[in-house]
Amino acid sequence: MSATAATRSGRAAPPAGDTKPAAPALDRLNPVSRLLLTVFVALPVLISLDWLSASIMLVGLFAVFRAAGVRTATMARRMIPVAVAALLAAVTMALYGKPGGTVYWHWWLVVITQRSLTMAGAVILRVLVLGLSAVVLLGGLDLTAMADGLAQVLRLPARFVLGALAGMRMLSLFLEDWRTLGQARRARGLGDTGRLRRWATMAFALLVFAIRRGTRLATAMEARGFDAQHARNRTWARPSRLGRADAVGVAIALTLVAVSLTAAIVAGTFAPVTS
Amino acid sequence: MTHAVEVRDWGWRYAGRSAWAARDISFTLGEGERVLLLGASGAGKSTLLAALAGVLGDEDEGEQTGSVLVGGKHPTRMRGAVGLVMQDPDAQVISQRIGDDVAFGCENLGMAREHIWPAVRAALDAVSLHLPLEHPTSALSGGQKQRLAIAGALAMWSGSPADTRLLCLDEPTANLDPAGVNRVREAVANVVADRRTTLVIVEHRVEVWSDLVDRVIVLAPGGGVLADGAPAEVFAERGPELAAAGAWVPGVAPDIEPRNSPPPAGRPLLTGHRLTIGYQTGRPVQSGLEVAIPPGRSTVVVGPNGTGKTTLALTLAGLLAPLAGRVEAAEQLRPRHTGFLTRAMRRRFDPASPATWASRDLLTRLGVVFQNPEHQFVETSVRAELGVGLRALGRPGTEITGRVDALLERLHLTGVADANPFTLSGGEKRRLSVGTVLATGPSLIVLDEPTFGQDRVTWTDLVRLVQAILDEGRTIISVTHDDTYVRLLGENLLALEPTGREAA
Repeated sequence: MSATAATRSGRAAPPAGDTKPAAPALDRLNPVSRLLLTVFVALPVLISLDWLSASIMLVGLFAVFRAAGVRTATMARRMIPVAVAALLAAVTMALYGKPGGTVYWHWWLVVITQRSLTMAGAVILRVLVLGLSAVVLLGGLDLTAMADGLAQVLRLPARFVLGALAGMRMLSLFLEDWRTLGQARRARGLGDTGRLRRWATMAFALLVFAIRRGTRLATAMEARGFDAQHARNRTWARPSRLGRADAVGVAIALTLVAVSLTAAIVAGTFAPVTS
Repeated sequence: MTHAVEVRDWGWRYAGRSAWAARDISFTLGEGERVLLLGASGAGKSTLLAALAGVLGDEDEGEQTGSVLVGGKHPTRMRGAVGLVMQDPDAQVISQRIGDDVAFGCENLGMAREHIWPAVRAALDAVSLHLPLEHPTSALSGGQKQRLAIAGALAMWSGSPADTRLLCLDEPTANLDPAGVNRVREAVANVVADRRTTLVIVEHRVEVWSDLVDRVIVLAPGGGVLADGAPAEVFAERGPELAAAGAWVPGVAPDIEPRNSPPPAGRPLLTGHRLTIGYQTGRPVQSGLEVAIPPGRSTVVVGPNGTGKTTLALTLAGLLAPLAGRVEAAEQLRPRHTGFLTRAMRRRFDPASPATWASRDLLTRLGVVFQNPEHQFVETSVRAELGVGLRALGRPGTEITGRVDALLERLHLTGVADANPFTLSGGEKRRLSVGTVLATGPSLIVLDEPTFGQDRVTWTDLVRLVQAILDEGRTIISVTHDDTYVRLLGENLLALEPTGREAA
């Protein structure tokens, strides 16, 4: 990704103290293209379950992210949960996957064969590719910038996007509510037993609070001109548009996907997921 | 010339309700006039403000009589000219960053981008929020959030074509500490200093605004306007009447005296040694606290917002384990059995440490009334709600009925015994939440912001109730920033200071 001049004038910097990987090159991408690119680079591993295309994607993505300035340590740390998930998926595949070739071990429903082991390897690679692109491209994505992009670039309805954004902000309040509800139940002598019933009453109370808060927030937004009548003429204080960085990103992703699929087809490992 | 506000024989009834939320209200306001709107709970003050701000909705939401005009037009045609700030600071933050939040209204009104950011900066300056535009809104205090909401209205005005500018404040300082109240007041004074901006405030705490406003309008409970005139005249003529209707009229002190000669305190009921309190190990709210709660007296915990008053109270009451240090209950308070403990709890049980007690053992020892009564409600009727603790303790049915009936009587809740707790008025909810704690007769009761949002009448009721509970020999810890409450019940004062980390 080449260093293109930032096209977004007046765009606010991400809030200080946010744990973001230092990757200025990736930050030049519009959040919407980060979202779409994540889906796009997943295509090869979704249409074919083979080790070659997945390996090429994994190595390619890693190289591109390194070149874009994402630190290896950052990637490794964020990949830990993904790696655990990949191993679990691989073990399942090895034990219960469709048998074929040499049988190495057999016990009741469990059959470990050459084929199931190959598939397990492919599954690990596949999950790692999906995980790596998601944690790097979507990790630390700024929700506000994302909303700007969805509304201005993808032209999703402003009322929908901004409503969802405002709603997201209330999640932290719900966590506080939940904690207080739990404390209140302990204070009322209901904290010792019957956890499921207690959670049910807390969930109901939380729903009531959520609806109330939502209603008040909607009123506050309406009072600031957020209504059907003004929706069409709305302007955006923070412009969100696609720039050269996004074009470069798409070009790189296209190349990666094409190379990995072609290699798999030429080498004969291509195994489309049809069934 | 058109009036800034013209209300004519106006009334509103919410869909599905038989009673009118407001009715027969008439008055006009000139440009730049500043008005304090008073009236008992249920007189329709908030409904009127919502109508002025154009957020009451259409005929699906309710039925209207008469008319409300702002700048000569229907309020929904005056979007951008009317700013609305409501009571709950958390309910009106829209964006994640303060700059975006202030810009929100400008964007909706279709202001050009190059005009938005200067307007945002000017608005933040006007309310003295000198913070970077990227500052996260979640890091603001309650008072800062209220000033942010005012800035949002202010920035919006610069994009409104109308000449009229109306600022509607619905109890904007109800839940702020005194410093926060002052800064919100200064911000409002600054905004209306141009004498162009019309101001309508609803607030029980009259003294905060009485110097700023030119006029007081009092709504009558059954509809209509009870009084309308200059503050001094209205208070002089109608003071006692207004006070009886719930307003905090300057010069009419609440009709309560501090308790006579609180009994000499013995050994502390609860003590905290080297207490570090908070919710996360890495993020203590306070540390190294030494506290002692004398028995039979009223302890009041005061301090600015964010200094951990509630956290301390919950830690003392056994609802939150201290991060470090120790809360120790006096000998007479400790549970002498382990019957209520589950096996997992038994392993860490320590009779001296309330956080390790069974939930049911707390009932007869340490009670907590939460700031928001609704957090505590678990039943569908007031009567059932009062019996929850007694049932958890396995008390016989006849005893429960007797105690609940006595409590209903004592708290004036007999008339709503079968109502759903969520449908009660603010004062009733507060009394019910105190009642649920009183039912099981704990030795110590923690009250978190007990007078928050109460008008003068419900306030007086509540303080009398607290005094009566103290006279029964129980101990009370109250978290508050209500000066009058502190004057009457601050028999033992516990002041928390902001920690260094917070000042930074």
